[in-house]
Amino acid sequence: MNTTKELSVKESKIAYLLRLADDRLILGQRMSEWCGHGPVLEEDLALANMALDLIGHASSLYAYAAEIEDEGRDEDHFAYFRDDYEFTNLQLCELPKGDFAFTIARQFLFSSFSYYQYQQLKEAKDEQFAGMIDKHFKEVKYHLRHSRDWVLKLGDGTEESNKRMQDAFDELWMYTGELFYIDGVDEMMLAEGNGADLLSFKDEWKKLVEDTLTEATLSVPDWDQFMMTGSRTGMHTEHLGHMLAQMQFLRRSHPDADWK
Amino acid sequence: MLFLFYIQYNRYAEFYRQIIYISNDSNLPNVDWINQKSAYTMETQQQLDDFQARIDAGDKIEPKDWMPERYREQIIRMGSQHAHSEIVGMLPEGNWISRAPSLKRKLVLLAKVQDEAGHGLYLYSAIETLGVRRSELIDQYLYGNAKYSSIFNYPTLSYADVCVIGWLVDGAAIVNQTKLAHSSYGPYARANLRICKEESFHKKQGYEMVAKLAEGTPAQRKMVQSAVDRFWWPTLMMFGPNDSNSPNSAELLKWQVKLNTNDELRQHFVDRVVMEAEAVGLTLPDPDLKFNDETGHWEFGEIPWDEFWDVVKGNGVMNRERIKSRRKAHEDGAWVREAAQAYARKKNLSREKAS
Repeated sequence: MNTTKELSVKESKIAYLLRLADDRLILGQRMSEWCGHGPVLEEDLALANMALDLIGHASSLYAYAAEIEDEGRDEDHFAYFRDDYEFTNLQLCELPKGDFAFTIARQFLFSSFSYYQYQQLKEAKDEQFAGMIDKHFKEVKYHLRHSRDWVLKLGDGTEESNKRMQDAFDELWMYTGELFYIDGVDEMMLAEGNGADLLSFKDEWKKLVEDTLTEATLSVPDWDQFMMTGSRTGMHTEHLGHMLAQMQFLRRSHPDADWK
Repeated sequence: MLFLFYIQYNRYAEFYRQIIYISNDSNLPNVDWINQKSAYTMETQQQLDDFQARIDAGDKIEPKDWMPERYREQIIRMGSQHAHSEIVGMLPEGNWISRAPSLKRKLVLLAKVQDEAGHGLYLYSAIETLGVRRSELIDQYLYGNAKYSSIFNYPTLSYADVCVIGWLVDGAAIVNQTKLAHSSYGPYARANLRICKEESFHKKQGYEMVAKLAEGTPAQRKMVQSAVDRFWWPTLMMFGPNDSNSPNSAELLKWQVKLNTNDELRQHFVDRVVMEAEAVGLTLPDPDLKFNDETGHWEFGEIPWDEFWDVVKGNGVMNRERIKSRRKAHEDGAWVREAAQAYARKKNLSREKAS
């Protein structure tokens, strides 16, 4: 995919941090749309909590990217002053929130992937980075447990909930291929001792997903079906632009104002 | 003869209440009607006197203690209104989560709205100790006549509104809730104590942001003054009608469910906010505000009560939208709640089989 140029270690590191941060900001923003509209009060709390974790985590990753970049920018620059094609989050994260089953299915796929990814990243050589990941690893475990519980409840609940859950996984499946996309950025970070080796846990992740779906009396969609690609290099669905328009409008309308 | 009627009626009311407990049907008759009638329970003068003596001695009433039926009803009415307000209150502020102008402000706002859901949960739990179910209470405000605070029927038109809500609305809520933390009903008092701690934090964050906007760019200043202009009177209305016009107050005060009158609390709030507004250079939209040297209080103009009653009756800008939005969340979530119940039943069944 890297047709443009070789990235330096510093550039790779920033790109790597932004990919991690973009995933979390965009997914957190989607998740926050549930706030006040959850199916039950306890879930309003839980979904808001996950949104808080994700956005909080994104914020610290952006801040670290800004620190490495050393151009006097801050975390808000990355969140508020980039356009669609500059975001490198997974398409999986930007899709509209859908119904509760869709939100849960997506969260389960993302959190289970993050779980394995973070298990490796928390051992990174860069201590500041590793510390940040370690702190959030606890949250990732909670997100995984919470979303997995709901996959089981909804999959093995009523006929309706089973159907909704199955539809959600079927619809999301083609966005899972990108979880394991690897390019020069990943390779550089891995070589530096600061990256996760995605292929090393791919089978384990697939097994966790398959086991969960099976226990939830759901069928596992075809792994070999067509899979979307491109988001790590700026290709997105049109949903992202609308989300960014809403997210960024106020900040961009008053760029000189202090909002912190 | 009359005595027999009371007994008969009371049994009927009890029967009705049981039906309501086990049913989720929202079209059941208005529960308030039943509760009001059941106030005719035989309560001896001795019981009432003993109860009043406990209240006067500052005892906390706990769920298993004897209490007059009317006391129970008043706690349920007031506490559930309070809980509904927390839940509906998530909407006007939640309106700005997706558009908050910095990541920090987005996190602060999201955490605040989440806290409100938590407050709703504490309060519903406190009220459930009196033998009503949360689902029943929720049905009463979604499909019945139960009220919530009218302040949440006003729209949030700019991000500054959210900051002003933190400063004024949470500020007013704290004045109320600090007193309610000493309320005579134990679970309700304790819920309020917890809420107050978080609410004070919200108020502090709101005021800090108001101060920042007030000394910010011209656009920020305009935004925050507009928010103050729109929220000032509705905030004063939050304390309820004037004492002369507040039908429930005497009883609530007698039983120390409430400890101060509406007007006392309102005055306390105004005295403090006038100084806070001055400190950041904002103008409160009341030409009649003036300090009275003799009383040591700020006097303020006539509250637009016609508007208050209009909004209470359902004619605020956002009344219909708020209820529509809450109903939608509730109805869209029905399949989730059913699935969770079905799953729990299956699990229980297989556990029983295993043992």
